[in-house]
Amino acid sequence: MNVITIKELRFCWKGQASDTLSIKQISITKGEHVLLCGESGSGKTTLLNLLAGILSPSSGELNVLDQNLQALKPSKRDRFRADHMGIIFQQFNLLPYLSVVDNVTLPCQFSPLRAKKAGDDKQTAIRLLDHLGLDEALCQGTVSELSVGQQQRVAAARALIGQPEIIIADEPTSSLDTNKRDHFLKLLFQEANAQNSTIIFVSHDPAISGHFSKIIELADINRI
Amino acid sequence: MILLKLTWKSLWNRRINLILTVVSIAISVALLIGVEYLNKETKASFLNTVSGTDLVVGARSGPIQLLLYSVFHIGNATNNIGWDSYQKIAHNKYVKWTIPLSLGDSHKGFRVLGTNQDYFAHFKYGEKQVLVFSQGKPFAGVYDAVLGASVADKLGYKIGDKIIVAHGGGATSFSLHKDKPFTVTGILKPTGTPVDQTVLVTLEGIEAIHIDWRSGAPTGIKISAEKAAKMDLTPKVITAFLVGMKNRITSFKVQREINNYSHEALLAILPGVALADLWHTLGQFETVLRIITLFVVIAGLLGMLTSIISTLNERRREMAILRATGAHPSQIFLLFIIEAFILSFLGALLGMLIVFIGVIVAQPWVLSHYGLHLHTWMPNLMDAAILALVILFAVLFCLLPSWIAYRRSLQDGLSVKL
Ligand SMILES: Nc1ncnc2c1ncn2[C@@H]1O[C@H](COP(=O)(O)OP(=O)(O)OP(=O)(O)O)[C@@H](O)[C@H]1O
Ligand SMILES: [Mg+2]
Repeated sequence: MNVITIKELRFCWKGQASDTLSIKQISITKGEHVLLCGESGSGKTTLLNLLAGILSPSSGELNVLDQNLQALKPSKRDRFRADHMGIIFQQFNLLPYLSVVDNVTLPCQFSPLRAKKAGDDKQTAIRLLDHLGLDEALCQGTVSELSVGQQQRVAAARALIGQPEIIIADEPTSSLDTNKRDHFLKLLFQEANAQNSTIIFVSHDPAISGHFSKIIELADINRI
Repeated sequence: MILLKLTWKSLWNRRINLILTVVSIAISVALLIGVEYLNKETKASFLNTVSGTDLVVGARSGPIQLLLYSVFHIGNATNNIGWDSYQKIAHNKYVKWTIPLSLGDSHKGFRVLGTNQDYFAHFKYGEKQVLVFSQGKPFAGVYDAVLGASVADKLGYKIGDKIIVAHGGGATSFSLHKDKPFTVTGILKPTGTPVDQTVLVTLEGIEAIHIDWRSGAPTGIKISAEKAAKMDLTPKVITAFLVGMKNRITSFKVQREINNYSHEALLAILPGVALADLWHTLGQFETVLRIITLFVVIAGLLGMLTSIISTLNERRREMAILRATGAHPSQIFLLFIIEAFILSFLGALLGMLIVFIGVIVAQPWVLSHYGLHLHTWMPNLMDAAILALVILFAVLFCLLPSWIAYRRSLQDGLSVKL
C-alpha cells in the first residue's frame, strides 16, 4: 500500500523565477524507512513542507494516505497533518515553557484522533520517553535542563505519540555526534517499527544511509 | 482550551519581562479610574455639605463665589449684609430656620466662623446628619469656641485650651486678637465636610474682638475682654446665612423675594443649582483631564504592543513547532490575541486593585487633611466599561503582531529561520 504518491509535481516559491521542485514520480510504501538526501538548497525541506500539507504544489498530484492533499481546505490539511504525521526538526524542537511531558503530548492537543490512539497521553509519553532512553526524573524537569541529544529524543517521542502513519524528520541528527546519532536512529526506528510508521528522513550525512531501506537522491528525481 | 493553556504557560515563562508590561497598564488604568473616582467623590462631598440647606444668602456677587466662601470657606466675601436684613428674612413665614455666618478671621490657618446655637441645632450634612460632639458641648459664653475634628486633631487641642484668633485669613497673620483669647468648650466628630476645618465661635465673640478695631486695624483704644463682654454685642453685619424652609417647594419663591429685596443688594442661591453651575464651569477641565488619562492608558497599551512585537522573532521557532504539531495559522493568530487579552485584563484588574487599596490607605489622611470623606472604591458599571475598553484597545493593537505571526507561520512552514 502506498503511503505517499507523487506524480508530475511542480513547486515554485513565491518571488522565485524558476521552479524549486519538479518531480516526475515518487512512491513510498507503508513501513518504509526512506532517506531523502541532496545538497543544501536542493529543496529537501521544501518537499517535506509539501508532504506535510504546509505548502501546496503549483501543479501535479500529491497523495498522502490515499488522500489528495489538494482537495482539502487549509484547515483540514492542518488537521490531517496533526492526525497522521509526526515531525522532527533539526534542532530547537521543543517549547521551552512546557514541561518535557507536555511537549510530547502536544500533538494530542490538536488531534483528537491521536489523543484517542495514545490513550492516557501522559502515561504514553512517559513510556515512549522511557523507550527512547530518557528516565522519568528527566521527564518531570524542564526542557532547558536537557542536552541536545536528549531534546531530539523528546522530539522523537512527540512525533511518535498517538501512532501517526508518517514520521517526517528534517536532519534531526545533524547536531549529534556519531555515537549519539546511531543510538538515536536505532531507537527511533525501533519505535516506528513497533507502531508500523513510515519514516521520511532528510540528511546530508551519507554515513547513515545504511540504516534505511530506501534512498531518494533528490538530484536524481528533480528535473531542474 | 489548549490555546489558553499554551498562552498562559508561555506568558508565565516570560513573566519577569511581562510584569513590567502589566504594571504599566495597571498604573495607567489606575490613573483613569482614580481620576473618575476622585471627581465623583469630590462632587458627592460638596453636595453632602449643602444637603441640608435650602438657600444660601449673602451680599450680591456671583452665585458660585457666594457658595464657595460661605459654605466651603474658599475665597472671601466682597461685602457683608446687614443684621436687620437677616432678621427680616429669618422671620419670613416660609422660613423654618436660619444660621448666621460671620467669616473673616482665622486661627493658625483654619477659618474662624462666628455663628450661634442654631448652627448646632439646624446644620445638617450628608444624609440629614446633625453635628455630634466627640467631647464637650456647644459654646455658651462670649469667648467660647468649638473646634472641628481636624482642627483639634492637627493642633492637638483639648477642652479648656485657650486659643488666640488672628485677624484675617492665612496662617501667618500678624495682627492677633491677643487680648481676647477663646476657650475650647467642645470638639466635633469628623463630618467629612469643611466643618472639620473650622473654629466655631459666637457671633458676640466676633463682635467683641473687633470692638476696639475700625476698618480692619486696632484703634489704639484698648477695651478689656471682660469689659467688652458686658457691652452690647449684637452684630451689625454678618457675612452670609443659611436658610432652611418649612417646605422645600417654597425655596424658589423666597429666593425671588430675597433677590428683589429693596433695602440691600442680596443674593439667594439654591446650593445644588450653584454646585451644578460650578461643575459645568469645570467641565472643560474635566474633559481635558479625561483625555490626558486616556492617552496615558493608550501609552501603557502601546508598551504592551512593543513588548509583544519584540518577542515575535524569538518566538518564530515556537510558531513553527506549533504548526508542525497541527496548529492552524488562525490558531497562531489567536494565540497572540489571547496574550493581549490576558495581559490587558491582568493589567486592568491590577489597576483596579491599586485604586481599591490606594483609597483605603488614603482615606484617613484625606479626611484629616482635606475634610473629604472618601467612600471605599467599588467597581461600578463605568469601571466595567473602562475595563472592556482597555481590553478592546489591547486586542485591536495586538492585531498587528498577530497578523505578522499569522503571515510568517504561513510562509515559514517547517523551515524555521532563526
Ligand atoms: N520561505 C522561502 N521563500 C522563498 N524561497 C525559499 C523559501 N525557503 C526556501 N526557499 C528556496 O527554495 C530552495 C530550496 O530550499 P530548501 O530549504 O528546501 O533547501 P534544503 O534542501 O532543505 O537545504 P538545506 O539542506 O540547507 O536545509 C532554496 O533555493 C531557497 O532559496
Ligand atoms: Mg532544509
